[in-house]
Amino acid sequence: MMEEVKETASVLSVHDDSIKVTEVLKEGDTLTFIIVSQKLSGTGEYHVDRTYEDFEWLQQHLFSQGDVPGIQGVIFPPLPAKPQVNASPRSIKQLGFLALGECQPYCKALETFLQQVAAHSILSKNKAVEVFLTSSDPPGRQKVKKNIFNRLSQAVEEMRKEGHKDVDEFFQNERDHNLILTGCTKTAAEKFLDVVATEQKIAVACGHFSTALHLCVEPGEDPDKQAFSRVCVKLSEVFESIKKNMTSVAENNVNTLGLGLDLESRYQEAEREMLFRRTCKLVELENAQRNVEKAKPVKKAAMEEVKKAAETEFEHTSGVAKQEIARFQGARVEMLQQALVGWCEKQLLTAKESADQFNQHLEVFRGMA
Amino acid sequence: MAASSDRNPPPFPTAEESEPGLCDMADADSDEGEDIFVSNSNPVSVSRGVSQPDRVSEEPSDLFSEEEEAASSTAAKANGVHSDDDNDLFADANVELSTDKSSSSARKEPSGPRHASTFTPSPAAMQPTSLEQLEEEEAKDSFDVDVAVTNPEKVGDGMNAYVAYKVSTRTSLPMFRSKVFSVRRRFSDFLGLYEKLSVKQSLHGCIIPLPPEKSVVGMTKVKVGMDDPSSVEFVERRRAALERYLQRVVSHPSLLQDPDVREFLEREDLPRAVNTQALSGAGFLKMINKASDAVNKMTIKMNESDTWFEDKFQEVENEEQQLRKLHVVVDSLVIHRKELCGNTAVFAKSLAMLGNSEDNTALSRALSQLAEVEDKMEQLHQEQAASDFFIFAELLGDYIRLLGAVRGCFDQRMRAWQRWQEAQSTLQKKREAEAKLLWANKPDKLQQAKEEITEWEARVTQYERDFDRIGMTVRKEVLRFEKEKAKDFKSQIIKYLEAMLQSQQRLIKFWEAFLPEAKAIA
Repeated sequence: MMEEVKETASVLSVHDDSIKVTEVLKEGDTLTFIIVSQKLSGTGEYHVDRTYEDFEWLQQHLFSQGDVPGIQGVIFPPLPAKPQVNASPRSIKQLGFLALGECQPYCKALETFLQQVAAHSILSKNKAVEVFLTSSDPPGRQKVKKNIFNRLSQAVEEMRKEGHKDVDEFFQNERDHNLILTGCTKTAAEKFLDVVATEQKIAVACGHFSTALHLCVEPGEDPDKQAFSRVCVKLSEVFESIKKNMTSVAENNVNTLGLGLDLESRYQEAEREMLFRRTCKLVELENAQRNVEKAKPVKKAAMEEVKKAAETEFEHTSGVAKQEIARFQGARVEMLQQALVGWCEKQLLTAKESADQFNQHLEVFRGMA
Repeated sequence: MAASSDRNPPPFPTAEESEPGLCDMADADSDEGEDIFVSNSNPVSVSRGVSQPDRVSEEPSDLFSEEEEAASSTAAKANGVHSDDDNDLFADANVELSTDKSSSSARKEPSGPRHASTFTPSPAAMQPTSLEQLEEEEAKDSFDVDVAVTNPEKVGDGMNAYVAYKVSTRTSLPMFRSKVFSVRRRFSDFLGLYEKLSVKQSLHGCIIPLPPEKSVVGMTKVKVGMDDPSSVEFVERRRAALERYLQRVVSHPSLLQDPDVREFLEREDLPRAVNTQALSGAGFLKMINKASDAVNKMTIKMNESDTWFEDKFQEVENEEQQLRKLHVVVDSLVIHRKELCGNTAVFAKSLAMLGNSEDNTALSRALSQLAEVEDKMEQLHQEQAASDFFIFAELLGDYIRLLGAVRGCFDQRMRAWQRWQEAQSTLQKKREAEAKLLWANKPDKLQQAKEEITEWEARVTQYERDFDRIGMTVRKEVLRFEKEKAKDFKSQIIKYLEAMLQSQQRLIKFWEAFLPEAKAIA
């Protein structure tokens, strides 16, 4: 029963943690990502180029594994939102941290997505993953068959289902907790983004100040004028330093904690979606149970079948879900720890470098006649 | 309100002073000077204070005023203040002596923070290692004055309330009654001082430092209550600005001699300054710009024999523009820093909430810790913003206005030139009138005409001398100003860098403290 999958299961032939998104190429409005991964056996690398649509293709395939039992209990690694070359303000807001910088945060997020897919015990078996990572041809662009994960519709009944009381205390707690955490994480990520945006503004202003100071430098041999000119030039250098410092601080923020909060936020959403799917299955099951009870004798057997199927599916889903939750909880703590440690270390380094620079500038000024 | 002119020179603890040639004029001072000053018989530097007979004090300026009254008459006077022009007799003595060199070498940059309510030390009492320049010595001694403005206190209630500041002086100059003393002054007193000084001194080409501007909005908030952050900031900003203003005044060799300055620093109860209503809002610069416009509208244009003035004026105007641009950038920098404070605080709160919701204990603790770190950083950012503001924004603001004052003294020179030209043309007219009378043969009128001619000849001579003198003063003042400016900027930048460095070091400590927490999560 477990092995009846439409698409032949495969074993991934690359190291999951070797997957890197090394480059991004811009051609007009299209972005192409270069993905490199190391072969499991022997030496050698796979180099492939993929567009965002290819990532979506991969995701669709992962979603449409209806025959893998309990697939609905999987917390799917979240794919970042679509990037745009000339991004609209809405798109920028949606991407958050991933919209910053010269694509590095975004590439990193894509990389993380691929690594998580490749490391997932169930998902990595999907042939599409192997194709995506190793095939030199672009994977097919044809629309995949209907998948069960078309974005949760906002229909009222769907919303109501989300609040449906659970039969299992573990899951009820998890759902409640997830709801709170999702909100908090999203807020924290947004506020942090604001901080980074302001830091960038400060860097720009320092740059302006530095430039403007050069305009105050005047030619001439008048010693007093020269003294003032020297002061202006040196001050300009100081502000250039300050600008660099601020820029580094902002970059550090984005590349470590920013990315971390972003990923955490999207992963919490992914868990939420999984829990919702399970809740839907629960509702289905409960409906089926009622149908059995209400059924006329002639229909009873059929209803019983339906109920049994729903039961099985629900049990598989819950089983997978429990495993996924455990794995997720461990993984996210580790991920956040890495983000925080990395962040702290980078900022510490930047602060020390800046302190040195300011010291140097100070010496220069003190030594000035 | 009136102040007497003070011919009294600063005391010299040692050494001979004046160059004999200049003593002729100065001698008249010396007798009067002796009342105040202990030993010296040869006063060198002469103040350019206005002599006005009103004030009765130990300063025996009455003699002077009489002399001056004779010399001056109904000559055109700008502000209705009399006898400014007449100080030339004595001011000449001053000109050669306190040169730029003296002022600059004497005045060392205050090493400590200028805005702190501590005294900024000046090494005035140093003995010159070589008695090369009498001026140096003189100037050094004359800078032995430290002033500080501290302790703002609200006096009274409601809309009649005001803030009184403590003005403390520490000096070794004998011209003050004691070595260490303080008085309480309110903002309008400072404005009053400026008004008195500008009326007297600017006509000689001095660059008069500017006090901070009035602010109805700021003051109204303070009147209501002094506790909210913006009021606190406003009062602190004003206090610091008043302190800088006074420091600039007392470090100016000529202004220090002015009795109004001494009175401001010393006298217990200062009569309320009532003329300050005129110095409203954008006050000072408007005043100066108006004067500039008047000069520009002059029909007779001056032919500069010396391009120094033209060049310098252009430089000053350019510099003012540059500083204005810088000021705009700094303002935006300050705004962004304040924004960063706000954003950091909000982020800290969101982290705290996240920490609270978190199940995993270690992670929860780390997040809460981080929230605290971010709170501390907000504090840092706050101080950084204050630093940016108080150091750079105010510095630039001060110098933009000072440059306006510099332009003002160029204008004064132009006016002096104008006066001279007008006198010359009047003289010419009188001479023509005399010639006519000769022809018409009216002896009685002729006598009068001759007298008038003599009078105007004297005036022309005087105004020409005025013009030359004011030119020299302006040159001197400008050079001194430029020296001071370079030093001022340098010392402020050093302060700024020190603050930045300290900031970074504290930041390092925060991160070092947090790192083990982060590592301990898993």
